[in-house]
Amino acid sequence: MAQLGGACLMLALGVCIYGIGASIYGVRTGQTQWSESGRRSVYALAGTLTVAFAVLELAFLRNDFSFNTVADTSSATTPTFYKAAAVWSSQEGSLLLWAWLLSMWSTLVLFLTRKRMRDVSAYATAILLGFGGFFISLMVFYANPFETTDPAPAEGVGLDPLLRHPSMMIHPPMLYSGYTLCIVPLAFGMGALLARKVDAEWIKATRRFAMAAWLFLGVGIMLGARWSYAELGWGGYWGWDAVENASLMPWLCATAFIHSLMIQEKRGMLKVWNVSLVLATGTLAIMGTFLVRSGILNSIHAFGGQTLGVPFVILIGVLILSSIYLVSSRRDMLRSEHRLDSLLSRESIFLANNIVLVGLCFVIFWGTYFPLISEALTGHEASVGPPWFDRYTVPLALILVLLSGIGPVIAWRRATLANARRNFVTPLSCALLTLAVLLATGVADSKPFALAMFCCAAFVFGSVGQEYWRGVRVRRASAGEPAPLALLALVKRNRRRYGGYVVHIGIAVLFVGVAASSSFQHASELSLSPGQSTKVGAYTVRYERPTASITPKYDPVHTGSTLSLGAVLDVTKQGKHVTTLTPAEDFYDSGEPAQGSVAHLIGGQPVSQVSMDGGVKRDIWSAIAPDIDTPRLKRIIEIGNKTIPLVRPDEGMIAVAVMAREYMRSPPPAEFHLIVSPLVMWIWIGGAIVAGGALIALWPAPSVVRARVSVRARSRAARRLARA
Amino acid sequence: MNPARKRRVRLVVALSAAVILASALIYTSFSAASPTVTPSQLVHEAVAGRSYQLTGTVKAGSVRHEGDTLYFSVQDRAGETSVPLSYTGTVPDPFREGREIIVTVEKQGDRYVGERNSLITKCPSKYKVAPPKTKTY
Amino acid sequence: MSAFAALLTLMLLAAVMAAVSRPLLVARRPEESGGSERSELEAEREAKYREIRDAELDYRTGKLSREDYENVNGELRAEAVEILNRLEPVSKEEEASAEAAK
Repeated sequence: MAQLGGACLMLALGVCIYGIGASIYGVRTGQTQWSESGRRSVYALAGTLTVAFAVLELAFLRNDFSFNTVADTSSATTPTFYKAAAVWSSQEGSLLLWAWLLSMWSTLVLFLTRKRMRDVSAYATAILLGFGGFFISLMVFYANPFETTDPAPAEGVGLDPLLRHPSMMIHPPMLYSGYTLCIVPLAFGMGALLARKVDAEWIKATRRFAMAAWLFLGVGIMLGARWSYAELGWGGYWGWDAVENASLMPWLCATAFIHSLMIQEKRGMLKVWNVSLVLATGTLAIMGTFLVRSGILNSIHAFGGQTLGVPFVILIGVLILSSIYLVSSRRDMLRSEHRLDSLLSRESIFLANNIVLVGLCFVIFWGTYFPLISEALTGHEASVGPPWFDRYTVPLALILVLLSGIGPVIAWRRATLANARRNFVTPLSCALLTLAVLLATGVADSKPFALAMFCCAAFVFGSVGQEYWRGVRVRRASAGEPAPLALLALVKRNRRRYGGYVVHIGIAVLFVGVAASSSFQHASELSLSPGQSTKVGAYTVRYERPTASITPKYDPVHTGSTLSLGAVLDVTKQGKHVTTLTPAEDFYDSGEPAQGSVAHLIGGQPVSQVSMDGGVKRDIWSAIAPDIDTPRLKRIIEIGNKTIPLVRPDEGMIAVAVMAREYMRSPPPAEFHLIVSPLVMWIWIGGAIVAGGALIALWPAPSVVRARVSVRARSRAARRLARA
Repeated sequence: MNPARKRRVRLVVALSAAVILASALIYTSFSAASPTVTPSQLVHEAVAGRSYQLTGTVKAGSVRHEGDTLYFSVQDRAGETSVPLSYTGTVPDPFREGREIIVTVEKQGDRYVGERNSLITKCPSKYKVAPPKTKTY
Repeated sequence: MSAFAALLTLMLLAAVMAAVSRPLLVARRPEESGGSERSELEAEREAKYREIRDAELDYRTGKLSREDYENVNGELRAEAVEILNRLEPVSKEEEASAEAAK
C-alpha cells in the first residue's frame, strides 16, 4: 500500500502544479473555464491527500512496520487510540496532516465562494495550491511518509510516552487547522491585491475563515496549556517556549485584524493596515510551522538536525518579499475612503487595540527569535528568559483587557461625550468596588499587577454586563418579550456584536485566572519519606504510603507503561481532611536490549502522572519522582539482567514485580513537587467562554442565508416572467 | 493648525513613541539575555555573577541527589570538557544521564549553580519527534 | 507495485482527470450571479445596512445622544442611497446581458 501512498503524493504534486497554471492562465486570459478547472484541482487535491492520509492511518492501525514512520513512532503494544494519533507524531506524518488540512479548508472556502469574486479566488486558488505544493514537495523530496524498509522490522519503537495523552488526539489537529486556516485569508488578501480588487468583498468572503482560524488556533493553544498543566511534571501552563510563542503570534495578529477588518468593512479605512495584518498572520503561521519543523531554535518541541530549514527559509523570504512588493505597488488602490471621524469612537479604540496587539506580537517575536538575532548581530547566541517576556507582556495585557471593556460602550463613528461619560459609571464603579474590597481585605497588597488585572476585569464585566442589560431592556420595550427571550432574540439578531462581547468576558475571566494563579501560587519541591508531612500554602500534605503496580503491557486502556511507582498523599487544612492525591511515575520499556533483559523493561523515558484536586477556588497539584536508584533495587535489576534471558520478557516482568514489592517494603524518600494555586480552573472556563462567544459570532445568521436564497428565487421568477 | 498638519504631527508623535519603545525593548533584550554556551565555553569565558544558558549532555555517572539539591555534570557533545553544577527545582521527566539538556547557570565563586526551575530536557533523539507540549521548564 | 495498488492508483488518476477537466469539456453554463462589480457593490450595501442597524442599536442602548444619532443616521442613509444608485444600473445591465445570453 505504500506505493499507493507514494503515488498519491506524486499525483497531488502534479495536481498542484496543473492547478496553479490553469488558474493563472484562466484569470489572465479571462477564460473562466480554466480557472474553474483550477478550482476543481483543489477539490482533487483534497481527495488525493485524503486517500494518502487514509493509507498512512491504516498502516498505523494495521501495525505495518514496513513503513518507516510506523516502525519509528508506533508499536504492536501501543494502544489503538494512540496508534491512530501517532500518525502526526512524526515529522513526515505531521507534514501530511498539514497538507491534508490545508487542502480540506481550501476546498471549503473555494466551494463557498465559487459564485463570487472570479478573479480574486482564481489567484487565491493558485496561492493555496502553491502552499499545498510546497508541503507535498517537502514530503516527496525530504521526509516521505511512505518510505519503506524491506524486510519490515518485527516490532516498532512505540509512541513517545510523553505523547500518550488524550490531548494528542485533538491538540495537533486543532493547532494545524488554525495554522492552515490562517493561510486562507493570506491567499485571498494576496489574490485581492493581484486582481486589484481590494474592496469589501474579499473581506466579507474570508472574515468567517479568519475567525475560524482564530478560534482553532486559540483552542489549540488552550489545549496545549491544559495538557502541559495537567499531565507534565512541571505544573505550569505557559513558559514562553519558542513553539508556544510561535502559535501565539499568529493568534495575536489574527485578533488584531478581526477587529480592524470591521473598520474596513464599515468605513473603507485602514486598507493597507488590514492587508498587511492578514499577510503577517499567514507568514507568522508558516514561521510557526517552520519553527517546529526545523529545530532552529532551542525548544523541547523542536526537531533536531532536520533538513527542512532551507526550503522554509526560502518560502518565508518569498512570502515577505512578495507581501512587501504587493502592498507597496498597490498602495494607490489602498487609499482610505474616509478619515477617522472622532477620537472618541469605536474605530479609534479598535486602532488602539490593534497597536497594543501588534506591539505584543513584536515583543514576543523579538524574544522568540532573539537567539538568531543576537547571533547575527553579535556573533554570540544568547536568549532571553520568561522574566523578560513578563516585563513587557504583563502591562500590555492589562491595557488590552481594559480596552476590551472600553470598546463596547463607545459608539461607532463618533460617540456622544456626555453619553460616554454616563456609560462609564457602571464599569468604573465595578472596578473601584473591586479595588476597595481587595485593598480592605489585603489579599493583593504585594501584587500590584494582579490587583490591576482584577480591577480591569471587573471593569470589563461591568461594561459588558451593562451592554447586555441595556440591549435586553431595549428589546423588551420594543417587542414586549420576557427577559430571557429578549436576550436570546438580541443575541440572535446581532451575533457578531454580542458574540464578541461574550469573547471579551471570556478573555477577562481567563486573565483573572492567569493573574491569580501566577501571583498567589505556593509551590514546594522537596523529598519526603512515608509518614512525613509538609505545608504548602494553607494546606498540610502528608506522604501516607507508597504505591507500586506493574501493568500488563497489553492492557488496551492503559498508556502501556510497565511499572508505576507512586504515593498516597493526604491533604488537610487546619486538621480537616481535604482530599487524597495519588501522583505516580510511569516507567516504560525502552526497547533497547543493550540495557539488559530486566533493565530495558523500565529503561524508557519515565512519565509523571500528575494528581490534582481541581476546584473553582484553587487547585492542589502534585507530582512525584520516585527514587529507583537505591542499592537494593539496583541489585534486583542486576541479578535479573544476569539470570533472565532477553527472550523471556514475561520472566523479566517477574523481576520488575519483585522490584515493586521491594519498593513497597522499604520505600526510599521520594521527590515531590506540590503546588497550590488559586483560580486556575478559571483559565479553562475563560477559554471555553471565549470559544463559545466565537462560535456565536461565527454562526451563519439565518437571515443572510434566507436573503441569498430569496434573491436567487426572485431572479428566477423574473426570468420566467420575461420569458412568458 | 490645519487638519493635514495636525495629522502629520500626530503621526510623528506616534512614530517616535514607537521607536522609543522599540529601542527600550531591544536594549533590555541585549542586557537581560544570557549567552548560550557549551561547557568548554563556560569554563573559559564565565564571569562570576552573570548567567549563562548552558547546553550539553548529562555526564554518565555524575547524577546524585542530596536533600533537595541535585548535583550533576554537563559535558560537551564530544565529551572532552564537563562542568559540575548544583541545581534545585523541578526536574523534567526525561532527565537522564546522557540526555541533552539546557539549564541556566551562574558562576558563584568557583562553583556553578543552576537557576531554580530552569532545567529543560531536549527530547531523546530516538523519538525523532516531540511536537506538542513536552515542556518541563 | 502490487496489482491492487496499481489499480487503485489508476482509478484515482482517472477520477482526478475527470474532475479537473470537466469545466474544459462541458459547454459553459450561463453564469448565475453577476460579475465582480455588482457583488462588490452588494457587499458594500450589506456592510452599510449593518452599519445603520449598529448605529440604531448604539442610540437605543444610550451610546449616542438623539442629536448625534440623527446626524450619523442621516449620513449613513445618504451613503446607502448612493450605493443603491450605483448598484441599479449595474444590475440592470447584467440582467439584460444574462437574458441576452439565453
